[in-house]
Amino acid sequence: MKKVEAIIRKSKFDEVKKALHQIEVNFFSYWDVTGVGNEKQGHVYRGISYSTSDIQRRYLVIVVSDDFLERTVNVLLDTASTGNVGDGKIFVSDMIEAYRIRTKESGHAGIN
Amino acid sequence: MILQEQEAIDKAVEAITGDMGALWITIAAVLVFFMQAGFTLVEVGFTRSKNSGNIIMKNFMDLAIGSVMFWAVGYGIMYGSGVVAGGFFRTSPADQGYFLFSASDWYNLFFQTVFCATAATIVSGAIAGRTKFSTYLIFSAVLTTIIYPISGSWYWPFDDDAWLNTAGFIDFAGSSVVHAVGGAAALVAAILVGPRIGKYVDGKAQAIPGHNMMFGALGVFILWLGWFGFNGGSQLAWGGDDTVGATSVIINTNLAAAAGAIAALFFTWFKYGKADISMTLNGALAGLVGITAGCGAVSALGSLAIGLICGVVVVLSIEFIDKKLKIDDPVGAISVHGVCGFLGTVLIGFFALDGGLFYGGGGKLLWVQTYGSLAYIVWAALATFVVLFILKKTIGLRVSAEEEIDGLDLHEHGVECYPEHISSQNN
Repeated sequence: MKKVEAIIRKSKFDEVKKALHQIEVNFFSYWDVTGVGNEKQGHVYRGISYSTSDIQRRYLVIVVSDDFLERTVNVLLDTASTGNVGDGKIFVSDMIEAYRIRTKESGHAGIN
Repeated sequence: MILQEQEAIDKAVEAITGDMGALWITIAAVLVFFMQAGFTLVEVGFTRSKNSGNIIMKNFMDLAIGSVMFWAVGYGIMYGSGVVAGGFFRTSPADQGYFLFSASDWYNLFFQTVFCATAATIVSGAIAGRTKFSTYLIFSAVLTTIIYPISGSWYWPFDDDAWLNTAGFIDFAGSSVVHAVGGAAALVAAILVGPRIGKYVDGKAQAIPGHNMMFGALGVFILWLGWFGFNGGSQLAWGGDDTVGATSVIINTNLAAAAGAIAALFFTWFKYGKADISMTLNGALAGLVGITAGCGAVSALGSLAIGLICGVVVVLSIEFIDKKLKIDDPVGAISVHGVCGFLGTVLIGFFALDGGLFYGGGGKLLWVQTYGSLAYIVWAALATFVVLFILKKTIGLRVSAEEEIDGLDLHEHGVECYPEHISSQNN
């Protein structure tokens, strides 16, 4: 079992969600984050130009069975990409166990 | 017999017209009262969320303190019949009851009270985010009790003892009497209090974006609405010619606000490459402040011109004060109320249908407008300096650096304004 964490553009979120549903990854959590990266955003506020490397992105956490890992990562790599600096990152780590609270099932049955 | 009937009819008509005037002034005063909400929202929206509660309290309490002090003392100084020091200010004989006001023109007291509170609240925005709450309250009380009423007495009683009135000065609803006074006080206060931490790094102005443009916009909508009372009510009468006068004032007010917004929008769009929200909002306010003096003296076209001029000048002024003079004014109060208040008063010298330079009136009115407005600015600046200098040497003007960085809400008021900032316990 693996945990896939992805930081993506907010503008790509709807596309990514739809693509994940299509490969039957139907359970994940997300929240909005602020981070620092290579991209700089230019702003003007009341006549003062400034740039900030504090970037707004969406953070997804997806827990999948091992056999779902590859297609999940591929979907993220394909749909979250624009080709520009700031498309985001994907992190994969081992997940020890998962439980479904209602049925008390664990393992693969616990997540799907 | 017929003559007697005619007299009775005339008397009745006069009474009804007087009552309509009082009703209109009362309604207008209610509109001006609500401008306090507009000022609060603009200031909250244009600054950071950690100071919102403090800003609410400042705007809320200057209205409350101003209402009491202006009733108790200020109105007597401004409108009393006893002239002191050659017309420098006034007092009232005890039997007139002007101190602890108990005369019968209550609607005028109400109307003037909310104007006084407006002058006070202008200062709040310029010193947002770093000023001690107690210091602000004391200053606000002095402004509404003494500073504003003294200079107000120079013109608004509209009698022979008001020296600017006899000089032929024109300030219909207070570009100078209210706004330039508030703006000049704001300028001195912002200099003495100093900039917010992080506003100037190595001598260079930094952007400290406001946290809620929706509040800023709602605030300007409310101010724009309230201004119909501010200027329209200053006709001080309703019925016949006064109805035409008051409604033309309202149209002039609306046109100037619209022109100010349009000018600021296209000017910033051209200058920064993006249509700037907060500057466009300031542009509408600049037009409103600019037309406040002349809305009864200029044509609709003149109002449009004054609005356009103020809409551009306010943007240049905000940048100049921020970047060159290095005075930190988070909401642009000095530029909107001080600079455009002065400008609007002076522009009457050009645009007045009666006596303006563009209408063949020569330069006399322009000269009166200029020194009259400067008198208000110099007075407010000097008086503010004295009061704040004393406060600086005694209780201090600023909160500590720690309090400022954490936000004034937490340290001055012990609570934070937004629910997501408050401990999630029980939520």
